[in-house]
Amino acid sequence: MSHGPSATGGAALKTGGHGHHEKHVPVFVGETEKRLQELLTRYPTKQAALLPALWMLQEARGWVSEEGMAEVATVLGLTPAYVKGVVTFYTMYHQHPVGKHFIQVCTTSPCHVCGAEDVVKAFLEQTGCGELGVTSADGKYTVIEVECLGACGFATPVMVNSDFLESITPATVADVLKRYG
Amino acid sequence: MGYPHKPHPRETQVLSTHFGTADARTAEGWKQRGGYKALQNALGMDPLAIQQVVKDSGLRGRGGAGFPTGLKWSFMKQGDGKPHYLCCNADESEPGTFKDREIMRWTPHALIEGCAIGAYAIGAETAYIYIRGEFTEPLDVMERAVAEARAAGIIGKNAMGSGKTVDVWVHKGAGAYICGEETALMNSLEGKRGNPRIKPPFPAVAGLFGMPTTINNVETLTAVPHILNNGADWYKKMSRPDNPKSTGTKLWSVCGNITRPGNYEVEMGFPFGEFLQDLCGGAPNGRKIKAVIPGGSSVPIITWEEAESAVMDYEGMVAAGTMLGSAGCIVIDEAQSMPRQIARLARFYAHESCAQCTQCREGTAWTTKILERICAGDGTAEDLDTLLSIADNMTGKTICVLSDSCATPVVSGLQRWRHEFEALITRKTVHAVPAVVA
Ligand SMILES: Cc1cc2nc3c(=O)[nH]c(=O)nc-3n(C[C@H](O)[C@H](O)[C@H](O)COP(=O)(O)O)c2cc1C
Ligand code: SF4
Ligand code: FES
Repeated sequence: MSHGPSATGGAALKTGGHGHHEKHVPVFVGETEKRLQELLTRYPTKQAALLPALWMLQEARGWVSEEGMAEVATVLGLTPAYVKGVVTFYTMYHQHPVGKHFIQVCTTSPCHVCGAEDVVKAFLEQTGCGELGVTSADGKYTVIEVECLGACGFATPVMVNSDFLESITPATVADVLKRYG
Repeated sequence: MGYPHKPHPRETQVLSTHFGTADARTAEGWKQRGGYKALQNALGMDPLAIQQVVKDSGLRGRGGAGFPTGLKWSFMKQGDGKPHYLCCNADESEPGTFKDREIMRWTPHALIEGCAIGAYAIGAETAYIYIRGEFTEPLDVMERAVAEARAAGIIGKNAMGSGKTVDVWVHKGAGAYICGEETALMNSLEGKRGNPRIKPPFPAVAGLFGMPTTINNVETLTAVPHILNNGADWYKKMSRPDNPKSTGTKLWSVCGNITRPGNYEVEMGFPFGEFLQDLCGGAPNGRKIKAVIPGGSSVPIITWEEAESAVMDYEGMVAAGTMLGSAGCIVIDEAQSMPRQIARLARFYAHESCAQCTQCREGTAWTTKILERICAGDGTAEDLDTLLSIADNMTGKTICVLSDSCATPVVSGLQRWRHEFEALITRKTVHAVPAVVA
């Protein structure tokens, strides 16, 4: 989890304060509502569907807003404060909008000794982000460091959105970015 | 060489036999390779008889603690009228460890079979496989395989026509190393923050949803069908003649400064020095291995000299001054600065602390700050003693052992490479490496 001074949630994003004030359009209607109902049959409590429901929200909207959390709270019979407490515990729910391509580079020790820092540098330079957690001016990229991705033998693993890439080196960063324009 | 390379002739492939074979991912492909026979047989057995075979095999937990699996299963009270649960721990987040990922990517039905047998053996009708959220490909593969197994009547009500109910579900995590701790995983599955729980009560008494629960690692459960098919004696034979306490094969994830990183499957008792040099190719670029962390980042760091003569089983690793843990082996070569590596490990634990215990929340943060200061060339003479005193306060005093795991590299590192820390503090350069990036 991530705690301490960063109140921005797991990814420790630096946000430019750009507007996330669009009106929340309910997610749990139609097909999504049906999927949620099916999910609920797997567990003896409604609350157990909280992480899956938050995933559905993030998939639909790209991030987890306060209004989105309130909707999840309503459909699962929880309070918004409770849902927020859970959301802030985990690193993968975005509490702010992120770039079109969210890039996570593992820099934990095994990757670190294989040169992960240089991969991070290459991404920061070539995306134009310049700094970790800052979205590029064109809105395309956000780059963050992530702790061990569980693929240490394939240094350096990088996640771009939900794609899991292996064995990325500074030399292959340009190719990766070409694929995610 | 281990996966992703061709297997080395000295490997013993049991769990990894079908790594890299796309066809083994389907239920049909799995059956053609002898899959689901063990489950079919198991569903006709008395659950206690299954527990006995697993006990006799000597199988121990592959998630880190090495607890005997059959014994753990026997803690589940049969016939108490309560729902029982099996949790499969697929959170695999311990730095250095990446074996469960390959099991799930290549042999999803092997894991489903292991889960179904495990659930039946402990009197559970439901098993949840909790997979870390970052594992997008294993999640896809497992979801598809579970749906396929359900559609084929392998799991669900009347599993394989046995009249028994055994259901398996995949549950996706959302990013938190601590959710690999067993009670944190249960809280997370229940839709809560992933804080570890105070024990007792132990999961076998009050676990998931407050009900009797067993939690096992992916690799542990995947070994079970092989044991049922081939017998406890077959499994037990894969061990050192003089050490019956560690049996079977073990997947070792090898990474860091190593020529052929990957997953290797060897029998318990394999010589560690030969393993690292011959199978894994030693350190790259003609450099020497300086340090080895054999069991994932939470176990003591040992020197090459200690590793070279070690034996790869639970007892052998203890004799070498460390632990087998999750067998996520991190290799560090002579070009690396130990203070810098230890600082990076401390930062990992500081980031991952769930923050409910003061010793852990403060201890991991202070340790990281001091180590990073030393690496930046601003250390003081007292820092090393302060680090050891913080480590002492972080060990054995918290709800879970994440706190201890942060102290471990500090203590074991200072025992062996104190001179590197002192050189940094007195500003003598021992390594041509830049200072740590804070
Ligand atoms: C901080 C922490 C993290 C852990 N992470 C994992 C993990 O990712 N996977 C795992 O199988 N066990 C992990 N464990 C060990 C589990 O708590 C538990 O012992 C294990 O899943 C039991 O399964 P086994 O008996 O089959 O080994 C972790 C323990 C701690 C204290
Ligand atoms: S030791 Fe650390 S991670 Fe474990 S419960 Fe306490 S604060 Fe949380
Ligand atoms: S340390 Fe990078 S994936 Fe494990």
